Amino acid sequence: MLAFVIRRLAQAVMVMLAVGLIAFSLFRFVGDPVVFMLGQDATPEDRTRMTQMLGLDQPFYVQYANFVVRAAQGEFGLSLRQIRPVKTLIIERLPATLELSFVAGLFALVVGIALGVYTALRRGSWISHVFLAVSLIGVSLPTFLIGILLILVFAVLLGWLPSFGRGDTVAIGWWTSGFFTASGLKALILPAITLGLFQMTLIQRLVRSEMLEVLRTDYIKFARARGLTDSAVHFGHALKNTLVPVITITGLQLGAIIAFAIITETVFQWPGMGLLFIQAVNFADVPVMAAYLCLTALFFVIINLVVDLLYYAVDPRLRIDRTIAAH
Amino acid sequence: MSTAAPLLEVRNLRVEFPTRRRTLVAVDDVSFGIAPGEVLGVVGESGAGKSLTGMAIIGLLEPPGRIAAGEVRLEGRRIDNLPREELRRIRGRRIGAIFQDPLTSLNPLYTIGEQLVETVLTHLPVRAAEARERALSLLAEVGIPAPEQRIDHYPHQFSGGMRQRVVIALAIAAEPQLVVADEPTTALDVSIQAQIITLLKRLARDRGTAVMLITHDMGVIAETADRVAVMYAGRLAEIGPVRDIIHQPRHPYTVGLMHSIPRVGNQRDRLAQIEGSMPRLTAIPAGCAFNPRCPQRFARCTETRPELFAAGATRAACWLFSDGG
Repeated sequence: MLAFVIRRLAQAVMVMLAVGLIAFSLFRFVGDPVVFMLGQDATPEDRTRMTQMLGLDQPFYVQYANFVVRAAQGEFGLSLRQIRPVKTLIIERLPATLELSFVAGLFALVVGIALGVYTALRRGSWISHVFLAVSLIGVSLPTFLIGILLILVFAVLLGWLPSFGRGDTVAIGWWTSGFFTASGLKALILPAITLGLFQMTLIQRLVRSEMLEVLRTDYIKFARARGLTDSAVHFGHALKNTLVPVITITGLQLGAIIAFAIITETVFQWPGMGLLFIQAVNFADVPVMAAYLCLTALFFVIINLVVDLLYYAVDPRLRIDRTIAAH
Repeated sequence: MSTAAPLLEVRNLRVEFPTRRRTLVAVDDVSFGIAPGEVLGVVGESGAGKSLTGMAIIGLLEPPGRIAAGEVRLEGRRIDNLPREELRRIRGRRIGAIFQDPLTSLNPLYTIGEQLVETVLTHLPVRAAEARERALSLLAEVGIPAPEQRIDHYPHQFSGGMRQRVVIALAIAAEPQLVVADEPTTALDVSIQAQIITLLKRLARDRGTAVMLITHDMGVIAETADRVAVMYAGRLAEIGPVRDIIHQPRHPYTVGLMHSIPRVGNQRDRLAQIEGSMPRLTAIPAGCAFNPRCPQRFARCTETRPELFAAGATRAACWLFSDGG
C-alpha cells in the first residue's frame, strides 16, 4: 500500500515536470518576451541588457530549473496584462472556479447515479425512456449552447435566476465563497447545471449499463435467493459493484469539469480561472497561461491519485493480500 | 411415493417463455412432492427443465419466463402466487438455494461474514452480535477451518470448494426446511465434489432439511438421493426410489440413461448410447417427447402423451405401463 502510494507520487511528480516543461516552453515559443516588452524599435544594447536582466542568456536547463523551483512555490511572475503577480490573480479567481466545479461535479454525480439506477431498475418504463432521450440530448448538445438556452429560459423569459456573475460573496480569509448568500447560491445554479450536464448524462449512462450488467450476475441472483430485500440487493450489492468504473469516470470527468469550466465561465461571465485564462490567451499573457496549465495539470494529477486510492477502498481484490487461498 | 405429508408439493407445473413468434414450454405438467428431510434428486440432460423447475419453486424465474399453470405448495400453502414481498420472506428463511458456481455466487466486495450476518439479520430477530456468533457456528458446521479468522475474509481469499461451503452456510443460515441445490458440484474438482456431497448429506440428516438436488451426475444422485425424478424435454419421465431407478429403471429413457453410465469392471469397449438427441423446445414431438428415440415405440406413443403410470416400484410416463405395469 505504502509502496503503491510512493510509486504513484513519483509518477505524479514526473507528470508535473513534463507539464512544467511545456508551460516553460510557452515563454520561449509564444513570441520573444524581450521584443514583446521593449517593442520593435529597441536598440541591440537595450535588448542585451534586458535579456541579461531576465536571465534569458543562461542555458536552457538552468532557466527550466529556475522555473520549476519558482513554480513549485507558486511564483509565475507578473501578468503581462495586469502587471500584478500571477499568484495573486490565481488566488483571487481559484475559489470561484473550484466552487462552481464542486457544485457541478456534485450535481453530475448525485443526479447521474440516481437516474442511472432508476433507468436500470425500471428498464421498460416510459419515464426511463424519457430520461434516456434527454440524456442523449445532454451528451450531444455543446456546452455553450446549453448555457445560452438556460439563460434564455430561466434568466430572460422567466427571470428566476441571474444570467451572469457570482452574486454576493463572503470572504473567509483569502477564500471568497458564494455558498453563504442567497444571490451567490442562485447564481451558482445555471452555470453548475451547464457545466455538469454532460458529465451527468455520462454518469447516468455508465451507471445504467453497469447496473444492468451486475444485475445479471450470479451473486445478485444468489442474494435474491437468500431472501434479501430489494433495496439491499439493488443498493447494497448491485450499486456497490458498479462503483469502480463510476469512480474512474467521475474522477477523470471532475478534472475535465475544472478544465472545461473555461466555456461555461465565458458564457456566464463567471469570475473564475477559466475566464482569466481566456483573457490571457487573447492578450498572449504567457505567465498566466503557464500558471493555468500547471494548476490544471496539478488538479488532474491529484484527482487521479485520489481515484487510485478509492479503488483500494472499494474493491478488496485490489488490496495487497498476504493471505493465500487455503484449500 | 413417500407416505409422510409432503413438505413441498409441485402440481402440474408449467413454465413458459413467451417469445415473439411463439410461446416455448420449458417445463410441462410436472408434479412431484418432497417429504420433510428427504433428498430428491432431479436428473436430466441440459435443457431438460430441471433448473427451471427449481427456479420456479423459489420464485426466481427470469422474465420473460413465468409459471403459466400449476401450483407450488409449501406445507400445504400455495407459494407460487404470493406477492413479491411475501415470497422474498420465504426465500432464504424457509427455502434456501445453492447455485452451481461458487466462484460467482458470492459478492466479491463483502466479507463472507458480512454476507452471512446480512442473511441472518434479514430473516431472524437477532442482534448483530448474535448474528455474528451464528455466522461463526455456521462456518464451523460447514467445515471452514479457523472460522474466527476466516469470517472477515473476502470471497477471493477462498478456494472454490471452500466458497461452495460458504454458499451452503448462506443457504442454511436461516434454517430453511428445504434447500434447492442446483448443480452444487458441477463446477468443482472431482475430489472436492465428494466432500461437498458428504457435507450436504450430513447437513440434511443432522438438521432434517429436505433437499431438492438438481444435477446431471447420476453418481451424485446414487450417493445422496432418497428418491429420483428423471426429466426429459421439460417433462417428468420417471420418478421413484433411488435404488429402483438405478437398478430397475422402467422408462426406456431412464433405461438408456443408466446404460450410458460407465461402470468399473464393465469390459465393453463402447458405452451404450441413446440414438439421437433431446428435442429442442421449438420441436417437441406429439405424443411422448421421447418417442423418436425410443426403441420400444408403438403407434400410441406418437399420438397421445402418456401420464405417469405405476411401473413396479417407480412411476413412469410411458404407455408400456398403462395397464398397471
